Amino acid sequence: MTEVDKHGSRPQNLGAFEREPEKQDEEKPKQGMIARYCSLIFGGTKSLLTGMKVTIFTFLNPKSTVTQQYPENKDTLEMKERFRGQVIMPHNEDGEHNCTACTLCEKACPNGSINVLPTKNIAGKKILGKYIYRLDTCTICALCVEACPFDAIRMGQDFELATLNKDSLELVLNKKEGRWKS
Amino acid sequence: MDLVSAQVPAGFPETHPNELTEEFYLNMGPQHPATHGVLRLVVKLDGETVKGVVPHLGYIHRSIEKMAESETYVQNIHLTDRLDYLSCHMNNLCLCMAVEKGANIGVPERGEYIRIMICELQRLQSHLLWWATFGMDLGALTAFLYGFDQREQITDIFEDVCGARLTMNYFRPGGSYCDVPDTFIPRVKAVLEGMEKSLDEYADLVGGNMIIQERCQGIGVLTKEKAISYGCSGPVARAAGVDYDVRRDDPYGIYDRFDFDVPLGKNGDCYDRYTVRIEEMRQSMRILEQCIKEMPSEGPYRSKIKTVIKIPEGHSYANVETARGLFGTYIVSDNKPKPYRLKYRSPNFSNVNIIDEVAKGFKVADLVTVLATLDPVIPDIDR
Repeated sequence: MTEVDKHGSRPQNLGAFEREPEKQDEEKPKQGMIARYCSLIFGGTKSLLTGMKVTIFTFLNPKSTVTQQYPENKDTLEMKERFRGQVIMPHNEDGEHNCTACTLCEKACPNGSINVLPTKNIAGKKILGKYIYRLDTCTICALCVEACPFDAIRMGQDFELATLNKDSLELVLNKKEGRWKS
Repeated sequence: MDLVSAQVPAGFPETHPNELTEEFYLNMGPQHPATHGVLRLVVKLDGETVKGVVPHLGYIHRSIEKMAESETYVQNIHLTDRLDYLSCHMNNLCLCMAVEKGANIGVPERGEYIRIMICELQRLQSHLLWWATFGMDLGALTAFLYGFDQREQITDIFEDVCGARLTMNYFRPGGSYCDVPDTFIPRVKAVLEGMEKSLDEYADLVGGNMIIQERCQGIGVLTKEKAISYGCSGPVARAAGVDYDVRRDDPYGIYDRFDFDVPLGKNGDCYDRYTVRIEEMRQSMRILEQCIKEMPSEGPYRSKIKTVIKIPEGHSYANVETARGLFGTYIVSDNKPKPYRLKYRSPNFSNVNIIDEVAKGFKVADLVTVLATLDPVIPDIDR
């Protein structure tokens, strides 16, 4: 027999304040009821005040609050160094990047968000034509950045990526048909 | 008749059930805020008394196990984030350990310590969120804000370490993908100091509150036999008196080096589940303190492995203790970079299915309390 089966579908004891023997209740039902009623009221008020002590402390000490006023503090907002936003391709001053179109990132991507389209330059060497990145299927797992041996792509710091137009989620990361920075 | 009369608390005059009432069915969810996600409960009611509960699952099924078969082991790690998003580091760890077992990959000393510390921080974070939403479900919105205050500091640590706040994707077979920053240990120390204080605050705010106690004590009683037969695990089973913790009884990683207790409940009611979780937070803090003392300050964080991981033909299994119970990963491999079959054993599926046994005979308001203390994470149920 389990504990529940003994007492019907619900156990009779309902907590610390009611765990008195049942016999006492049978002898003096009215007094027991009033005493329980009073103890519940006083005990409840006391424990409520104990909780209010914590909240009033915070109310009187505004410095202990940690709330950030987000849209207002946009200028002073500092992101963490390793924060993972969307994938970006850093360019130097001459508009050059490190990508060699080796397609390791494309193979590492779990959901096909990256397409690397190589092309050939005049000398017949394979260079990057278009680096297509789809933000809508990207899960921001950073496996592409981990796979890149040339440090050509990084995770950006932007986090406000919402847009009204779904087409704007398909991005071309390189600014022009690229060549490998020598 | 007996059912209804048994619900009158001791000391009050007995009332008789109205003969004219009829039993009816009510949908709770999928958009109900107390179900913490898209869980639909069909509740059979007699007046306000719950006569039976049937959970309907499948609203957030994404076929992650089938998807796993078309992705490599490393690519699969980011999918485990999306199972139980509140213990995603532990889920990552479980898949990584199963791969390590199959492919015979070792983990360096510092890597093991990083793993344990991150996992225990995640357990603290998850229990803090549970405490916050527990207060909110019972109508105490203040608790929600206080819980999130502490949780935010731990989330900041994760953001510092791996750059993400919810879907971490941090562990890899053989360690983790980057080392922890220099600020990691001081920040963990600061969190532990703050936690000591706030756990006392939490006792004042919620744990010692008589209204909360009256709503939790004796409500939603789960017996030890039921907990075992339904396959419950984690704090839900431990509150019912099942003395099992994967960290202690089947130690993975380096958990056998640490000294910690496994808190147990006596009655198996909602209040026991509350106290067990609060006590687990204290034990997690104990493990973290021991980690800070013993962690080597230098050394590799990841062992060197091949870029393409292949598991020889066969199968491997690993289990971890997440914040909600036993999470297992079973890999069947056919010597290819992708798994032949990958099965996850999630704790929430078993924990949610006892809700009929637990909530039967109580009021609708108690059903919310039961759901809050079972602490289900819905994406983990469907997968």
